[in-house]
Amino acid sequence: MSGGHSSYTPNTGIEKWIDARLPLPRLVYDSFVAYPVPRNLNYAYAFGGILAIMLVSQILTGVVLAMHYAADTGLAFNSVEKIMRDVNSGWLLRYLHANGASMFFLAVYVHIFRGLYYGSYKAPRELLWILGVIILLLMMATAFMGYVLPWGQMSFWGATVITGFFTAFPIIGDPIQQLLLGGFAVDNPTLNRFFSLHYLLPFMIAGVVVLHVWALHVTGQTNPTGIEVKSKTDTVAFTPYATVKDAFGLCLFFILFAYFVFYLPNFMGHPDNYIPADSLKTPAHIVPEWYFLPFYAMLRAITFNIGPINSKLGGVLTMFGSIAVLFIVPWLDTSKVRSAVYRPWYKLFFWLFVANAIMLGWLGSRPAEGLYVIFSQLGTAYYFGFFVVLMPLLGLIETPRRLPNSITEAVLAKNKSGGQPVGIAAAPETKG
Amino acid sequence: MSAHDTTEPTRRDFLYIATGMAGVVGAGAFAWPFIDQMRPDASTLAVSSIEVDVAAVQPGMSLTVKWRGKPIFIRNRTPKEVEEAKAVELSQLKDPVARNANLPTDAQATDADRTASKEKENWLVMVGVCTHLGCIPLGQQGDFGGWFCPCHGSHYDTAGRIRKGPAPENLAIPPLSFISDTVIKIG
Repeated sequence: MSGGHSSYTPNTGIEKWIDARLPLPRLVYDSFVAYPVPRNLNYAYAFGGILAIMLVSQILTGVVLAMHYAADTGLAFNSVEKIMRDVNSGWLLRYLHANGASMFFLAVYVHIFRGLYYGSYKAPRELLWILGVIILLLMMATAFMGYVLPWGQMSFWGATVITGFFTAFPIIGDPIQQLLLGGFAVDNPTLNRFFSLHYLLPFMIAGVVVLHVWALHVTGQTNPTGIEVKSKTDTVAFTPYATVKDAFGLCLFFILFAYFVFYLPNFMGHPDNYIPADSLKTPAHIVPEWYFLPFYAMLRAITFNIGPINSKLGGVLTMFGSIAVLFIVPWLDTSKVRSAVYRPWYKLFFWLFVANAIMLGWLGSRPAEGLYVIFSQLGTAYYFGFFVVLMPLLGLIETPRRLPNSITEAVLAKNKSGGQPVGIAAAPETKG
Repeated sequence: MSAHDTTEPTRRDFLYIATGMAGVVGAGAFAWPFIDQMRPDASTLAVSSIEVDVAAVQPGMSLTVKWRGKPIFIRNRTPKEVEEAKAVELSQLKDPVARNANLPTDAQATDADRTASKEKENWLVMVGVCTHLGCIPLGQQGDFGGWFCPCHGSHYDTAGRIRKGPAPENLAIPPLSFISDTVIKIG
């Protein structure tokens, strides 16, 4: 994947035999052993590897759970309880899978914030970023359909509310909803197709991940300075340097994961989902899983009609728009400087964006009334304002700090403060 | 087809295009059953009509039955509820359309056009699904004494009309008819 300059040398006869026929060992060696990575990567860059491991973990536990699960409205709830009580180690596998989904989203949000902070989406990495947004969308669809499978009250009513989004669209809305549900309401056909798709989508995610990593290895990784790699001294070999650093980050992440699995296994869930689904009784307060709460808050923030668009359609468009806007981020950011480290104003507004996202998440868990609605509206305005107003504007008016000439210079300057800058005679940095 | 460097399209160009188009039509025909199977199946459609005996439902009582997987509210309204619903001006309504499957789509949301029939104005039969995002409203609650949806706070009046909250439309009236004095056919 690193293109043209392979340093793999097969030594044994069998290695040479394979290399001449299917150079898979060469591909792995060039991509994950000799592959050069910037020497200044910090732990924020470990989450890509963590996400890959989480995907594998979710697929493994999921495939095993599917062996004990029955996708039928009369059997589903009890089959999940059977997994918890009767199946050997079933409780562990299910808690790993359910909490694994939360951990997966925690990691992906850190990964996305990392990308926004260090400008990882900027040229030439636009496609890499867009593939990432597609993975996020697939993850959301997978997680939503997975939450329906236990067929508890939140499963049923979450599915009702979310498929109800489509009824907001005039004329085509109701037929689309019936097509998704396979009936006039959430029922057995819905559960069956959601199970089928919940099993399929993770493999589609894995496919897009391959493209994501391929794109990454064409352009190379970004790094905290945002300066492109210029010489051999700017990089270290993927193995052992990045491998070991990622592995250590993964261990810390697994400690958090294990804490939830063994000590707070139902903390991220909702008690109402231990009540079997009842199509004639709505829970008092429907809330999605925590990782959807910011988007749910934005959905509910639109309580007013906007011209010909009624409040319901407006809310649905706002929610879809909050993800859609991510696709055009590479073209919204006009700054020539990539990393927020050298962008004082962007750095400030970025951290406000993070705080705002967390606030929206909290508001999404509150009932839609009074001050909560007003703050949701302000939060929604900032969410979109950050992307469509601040990103284009800051690039034009902000004065960035002076960039170091190279990654090596930045690293050495940090390590011997006050020392002579390396490469002082080099040509001025062409920003970006 | 620049291989022959001719500006005139050749017979081979025509064949390529015709073959391509046949392939597109074939792919579309092949895709159709994959979409078609997602639609409500025959067993779902088979239960699309039910008959309900409401002889035991006294004024002030409600009955919930299931039709097409959704709850149907059948309420024998008290005279007070009927009077309250009749006293509402059309200009006070968020959704001025009757949403009654038995009437033209532009019928106005007067109380008479919401009830089961002109002679039975005490009977109100509605799909008990909030028009916002599909939750089930609670009966005889909310600011207007009708229905209240606990999910996102929509208030409906005693004729099931949306009065306050995010829901865009009045509660839907399903296709229905009294097939005898006490039996309602829904669907």
